[in-house]
Amino acid sequence: MAHDEVKHDYHLVNPSPWPLLGSLSVVVTALGGVTFMKGLFGLEQGTWWLLALGLAMVMWVMFGWWREVIKEGRVGDHTPVVTIGLRYGMILFIASEVMFFAGWFWSFFEFAIFESARVGPNWDSANPLFADGLARFKDWPPVGVETFDPFHLPLMNTLILLLSGTTVTWAHHALQHDDRSGAKLGLLLTIILGMAFTCLQIFEYQHAQFTFDGTLYGSAFFMATGFHGAHVVIGTIFLIVCLLRLMAGNMTSEKHLGFEFAAWYWHFVDVVWLFLFAFVYVVPFLAHGG
Amino acid sequence: MPMDEVALDHHDAHDHKPGFFKRWLFSTNHKDIGTLYLIFALIAGIVGYTLSGLIRWELAEPGIGVLTQFVSGEGDVAIQNAKHFYNTVITYHGLIMIFFMVMPALIGGFGNWFVPLMIGAPDMAFPRMNNISFWLTAAAFVLACISMMVPGGSAGNGFAGGWVLYPPLSSTTGHPGPAMDVLILSLHTAGIASILGAINFIVTILNMRAPGMTLHKMPLFAWGVLVTAVLLLLSLPVLAAALTMLLTDRNFGSQFFNPAGGGDPIMFQHLFWFFGHPEVYIMILPAFGIISHIVSTFSKKPIFGYLGMAYAMVSIGVIGFVVWAHHMYTVGMNVDLKAYFVAATMVIAVPTGIKIFSWIATMWGGSIEFKVPMLWAIGFIFLFTVGGVTGVVLANAGIDHALHDTYYVVAHFHYVLSLGAVFGLFAGWYYWFEKMFGIKYNGFIGGLHFWLMFVGSNVLFFPQHFLGLQGMPRRYIDYADGFATWHHISSIGYAITLVATLVFFVGLVEALVRRRKGVANPWGEGATTLEWTLSSPPPFHQYNELPHVTAKGGH
Repeated sequence: MAHDEVKHDYHLVNPSPWPLLGSLSVVVTALGGVTFMKGLFGLEQGTWWLLALGLAMVMWVMFGWWREVIKEGRVGDHTPVVTIGLRYGMILFIASEVMFFAGWFWSFFEFAIFESARVGPNWDSANPLFADGLARFKDWPPVGVETFDPFHLPLMNTLILLLSGTTVTWAHHALQHDDRSGAKLGLLLTIILGMAFTCLQIFEYQHAQFTFDGTLYGSAFFMATGFHGAHVVIGTIFLIVCLLRLMAGNMTSEKHLGFEFAAWYWHFVDVVWLFLFAFVYVVPFLAHGG
Repeated sequence: MPMDEVALDHHDAHDHKPGFFKRWLFSTNHKDIGTLYLIFALIAGIVGYTLSGLIRWELAEPGIGVLTQFVSGEGDVAIQNAKHFYNTVITYHGLIMIFFMVMPALIGGFGNWFVPLMIGAPDMAFPRMNNISFWLTAAAFVLACISMMVPGGSAGNGFAGGWVLYPPLSSTTGHPGPAMDVLILSLHTAGIASILGAINFIVTILNMRAPGMTLHKMPLFAWGVLVTAVLLLLSLPVLAAALTMLLTDRNFGSQFFNPAGGGDPIMFQHLFWFFGHPEVYIMILPAFGIISHIVSTFSKKPIFGYLGMAYAMVSIGVIGFVVWAHHMYTVGMNVDLKAYFVAATMVIAVPTGIKIFSWIATMWGGSIEFKVPMLWAIGFIFLFTVGGVTGVVLANAGIDHALHDTYYVVAHFHYVLSLGAVFGLFAGWYYWFEKMFGIKYNGFIGGLHFWLMFVGSNVLFFPQHFLGLQGMPRRYIDYADGFATWHHISSIGYAITLVATLVFFVGLVEALVRRRKGVANPWGEGATTLEWTLSSPPPFHQYNELPHVTAKGGH
């Protein structure tokens, strides 16, 4: 509520319908999801429309909400102190995302390192299982699971993501120097590289010799890489929004928070991939003698 | 707190509030959202408290005779269904009290109300996101209630595997029905709400403190909420990962927690408790902050060892992340690992001891007034210490092998939560009631509430130590006759707390009806934090001109 007598630079936001609508759409999505998976309230298992409705509502709320944020940014609500707050907020959001992936890596390591202890005949809880170090990975994936050669498509994907990290920095520097066409070009290349990553990942998934259901390795592999893939898609959408905003004349060389956040998010996704590449692809491969 | 300048804006033009629906449904005002959280926590608390009433009613006498009235079927079928129903009741009692009563009240309610007021901020950093934190919590509660009423296992509705959600009880083996899936998504939703809230609190505290208020001058309640928010931010995503794995195990054929597919159910326990242990500090740290202010206010002394108090909370938060497996001593863990978790867990007693002793040292030599909030605060210190001491007992893996999943554990965590966090919550309620609502409560009714609650909850929970030491396991609808005496006394204790709760509502209604006008600072010179410089209730938007905190501030 901007008011004449307000003598501070904080942003007092006007009342907004989006939070209530957002949580309503979350309820619809959750119940729709369970209806799809299990059947609920007399609706058959596999009923998809409630889930689709919920997801559409979520999308609508996200669109409406963030459109409002962009408008507020453009009319000057994002004063320097508010900008600092938004930066803190994005950093903390990424920190929570890091912990989300910590969950996947933790379970992946546990499954990998303790595979023989878990399914082998000689489970001895008194024996410290850390003794052999990473050689434990020789039991992972379990015998009979055909994994990917990390130095084939996965290495390609690593290079693509690393390259996209450089193009997004190029775009950022260009924007800072008010070279908007350079910024657009760098951003466009980043988006193309991101999409290329997603396409290669889909291609790789289609050629997997194991599945998400039925095997532990498949579950752990697809969950970790799949959630990463989902984050790549989200990051790509974020970058696309930035490109569209650049083309619409939004963002200045001094103030382009949306762009910065998209770039941070993109780097985060990039780093997660490096860990995935190292530990999900390379280490088990090397432990098996390559 | 000495301040060279405090802005009190009472111009009517400042206080024009949006219309009713816009104000309460679309709110972006931290005080209104705090009030919404408190009302929500009251409602959820009534539900959770009613569930605990069913537990104590059934356990008042040996045999299964009460819950059979609530389920379908005759004879043995009714008994089977009642057992399932009992376990459903304890599960949802735990989940509702944790996620929808204590957390919304302490963090959402008091955190929203008083963190901005205490640090001299006009509102939270992200007022609109603040609102979705609230509404998502409400959405999660709706989902949890729906989960209670849709098919769970073969014996009835709802999930009956305990609040810890361990597979295989929580996988399709144990509960094939949709209840567990709805519950998983409910907790996802509550988790998102809390993560967003945590981000909001951290940014508010780091970025919006009044000029002159360094972190080392910040009130301890804000410190408590800051540490709590960091714990939430870092622990909840791990729970989200575990819940997601559970969801795909149940619905999409993944094998994470299925031993038949090579998976490991204990992995779930690790991930769960990596969240679950910080969660217990999440529930108590804001209460620590509240108690510090009350003890200081009613002893008319600044808090003893302010920095020690702040960093005790920080170290409790940090160590809280590396002790999780003390909940899992009996799962077949190797002995070195147990030794580590015993040592790490007992280390937490050190900063906790610092807090207890500093509260006592604050009172020492003070001019103590036993007003209602102070009664609750002293009750908190006493009862939390009892719970803390039994916690040190349980931290020992050797003893825990005997006491794991007995009533001793139930008594322990109810002493720190039901008698710790909840006493802290009531302490805060009576401390800030006048500030929040601008009316005075009746001190006699408040005192009566305290004494009834203090006696009732001790009669309720203290005998459970004995039951546990005698070997009474948790999560059973029935027990051998030898346990009957203490169970009966425990249920009488519940009845006393029921009277106490009625007194609480009588006090609330009395205050609302009589509408005795509140004053800005009813507590006098001892109340030194910034919220007492504002009117009661504070203006719709406070600190339009930011307060300045001078170099020599109190806390």
